Amino acid sequence: MDIPHDWFVGFSKSFGLFYLIALSIGITIYAFWPSLGNRFDKAAKSILDDEDGPARGEGFDPEDEPCR
Amino acid sequence: MMSNLTGAERGTAMIITGAGVLVGLAMAAVGHGDPMGTHGWIVLAFSALLFFFVGDKVYDPEPAEDRAASYYDDPTKVGIVIALAWAVVGMGMGVWVASQLAWPDLRFDAAWSSFGRIRPVHTSGVIFGFGGNALIATSFHIMQRTSRARMPDQVTPWFVLLGFNLFCIVAASGYLMGVTQSKEYAEPEWYADLWLVVVWVAYFVLYIRTLARRNEPHIYVANWYYLAFILVVAVLHIVNNLAVPASLTGAKSYSAFAGVQDAMTQWWYGHNAVAFFLTSGFLGMLYYFLPKRAKRPIYSYRLSILSFWGIVFFYIWAGSHHLHYTALPHWVQTLGMTFSVMLLVPSWASAGNALMTLNGAWHKVRDDATLRFMMVAAVFYGLSTFEGSFMAIRPVNGLSHYTDWTVGHVHAGAMGWVALISFGSIYALAPVLWRRETMYSWKAVEWHFWLALAGTVIYVFAMWNSGITQGLMWRTYTESGTLAYSFTDTLVAMHPYYIARAFGGLLFLIGACIGAWNVAMTIRRMPSETPELDYPTSSESREPAVPAAE
Repeated sequence: MDIPHDWFVGFSKSFGLFYLIALSIGITIYAFWPSLGNRFDKAAKSILDDEDGPARGEGFDPEDEPCR
Repeated sequence: MMSNLTGAERGTAMIITGAGVLVGLAMAAVGHGDPMGTHGWIVLAFSALLFFFVGDKVYDPEPAEDRAASYYDDPTKVGIVIALAWAVVGMGMGVWVASQLAWPDLRFDAAWSSFGRIRPVHTSGVIFGFGGNALIATSFHIMQRTSRARMPDQVTPWFVLLGFNLFCIVAASGYLMGVTQSKEYAEPEWYADLWLVVVWVAYFVLYIRTLARRNEPHIYVANWYYLAFILVVAVLHIVNNLAVPASLTGAKSYSAFAGVQDAMTQWWYGHNAVAFFLTSGFLGMLYYFLPKRAKRPIYSYRLSILSFWGIVFFYIWAGSHHLHYTALPHWVQTLGMTFSVMLLVPSWASAGNALMTLNGAWHKVRDDATLRFMMVAAVFYGLSTFEGSFMAIRPVNGLSHYTDWTVGHVHAGAMGWVALISFGSIYALAPVLWRRETMYSWKAVEWHFWLALAGTVIYVFAMWNSGITQGLMWRTYTESGTLAYSFTDTLVAMHPYYIARAFGGLLFLIGACIGAWNVAMTIRRMPSETPELDYPTSSESREPAVPAAE
């Protein structure tokens, strides 16, 4: 199939310009969808307690631990 | 280290390295008299060395350790050490190359030591050698920790790490022999490119297989950044390196593209290499090691998602800003410029996210040089992405393009952002990896930090001054309408800045050497410690990877 140059340029300038912007808008809506907040909070904390290990006692605040 | 492989794995490793020996021999035979022949000998030596390394342990008893009880960290350890070795080599080459510009006699009149040959050894050495190995090593660490699962097998990670380093060695040695495709950051010739595709596909499959074994339902955001790095670099690498070899027995090849299409393909690759090699993977490091080190969750997980997809969607169009005022159609230039400016949103979302994570824990940043490395890296990330968007604007580019300003911009990103986040991550990682209580010398980390920061600032300021001076001199006209300055006049004006730049680079190199020494001493001298944490979730408690409802 032979794609004419003008058609290709037109396609690039129209669809090609906007689809990435449309996808970005879509992902912004996803990232800030209110009901997903809990899931994201859990994910953010997941790396801090990410390994099997002894359970920490009540009242343990990781902020109190000195940096090495 | 090879004793940890099972008998079957040792066998596989010997078959792969044995095949490497045969391929090297074939390349040496058919490429006799061409640089490809020399590369054949290098491939042969590299593979033979590994063959005997594994073969030496082939009759050792089978490993007795319980694989489910620990992560597989041997390749990560080796990767970190190799990354530091490349840092010293690559940055050393950088100091040499910078000194050649200030004192041209340092060329020593050999063909291999000319500027055009050792400069790519510097760029590939730091980007692929140092950056690439740091990315591969940290990705092995992070993919296992965030999945709470061990890697699926023990041969693939070695294949990926060592195969990638074979590519780096073939690339660097090729430059010294004059082998190049003349494409920025894609200089290696066709057979090296083909080999990298094999390694990269194995890397991608390894990553996906590890994620498939995960015991943690959510795939942490750092993994997304690493996966984008692997996947997009594969696409970029394959398309930009489409070429027809002049002959199967020689290194020379011709690009599949011609004219401005070739230029556009190259800079689509080149700028996305900045995005997905030098940004995406290192953001993965930032999003894992910064919260981990600060012991605080990331400020906004939502923003991290936004900036991930922003980078993916916006960067793809930005490459054409490298071709302002060329034969490239004007609208494509404008498109690249627009998307480059839009890139500020995801870039600053990440930089701001990192700094906001530290907000409230500034005492830790003050006390802990490792965390400070990461903090300053985030600042430089914000600065250099702002500068990049600014320089992509066409009239600004008219002043900055082809001048040292571009070089300064690249180094603000490469030294200030990429190298600092890598060193910070290595300092955070080394004690965990080698099961040590802490780094050998915290004072050395402080020294490294201040040397690196001073070196970067000196370098970048020298290049800003030099670049803007150069750009203005090039566009100054006399009353009669002729250029006021000859090219040589601009060179004379550059000379003091070139000296300053070489000095800044030297400080940075000294810092990297201290870092390499400190890691080596941590491995050799520090008493080992068995941590309470940092083990994979046991298989008994294994939950389904994707629960029905979260």
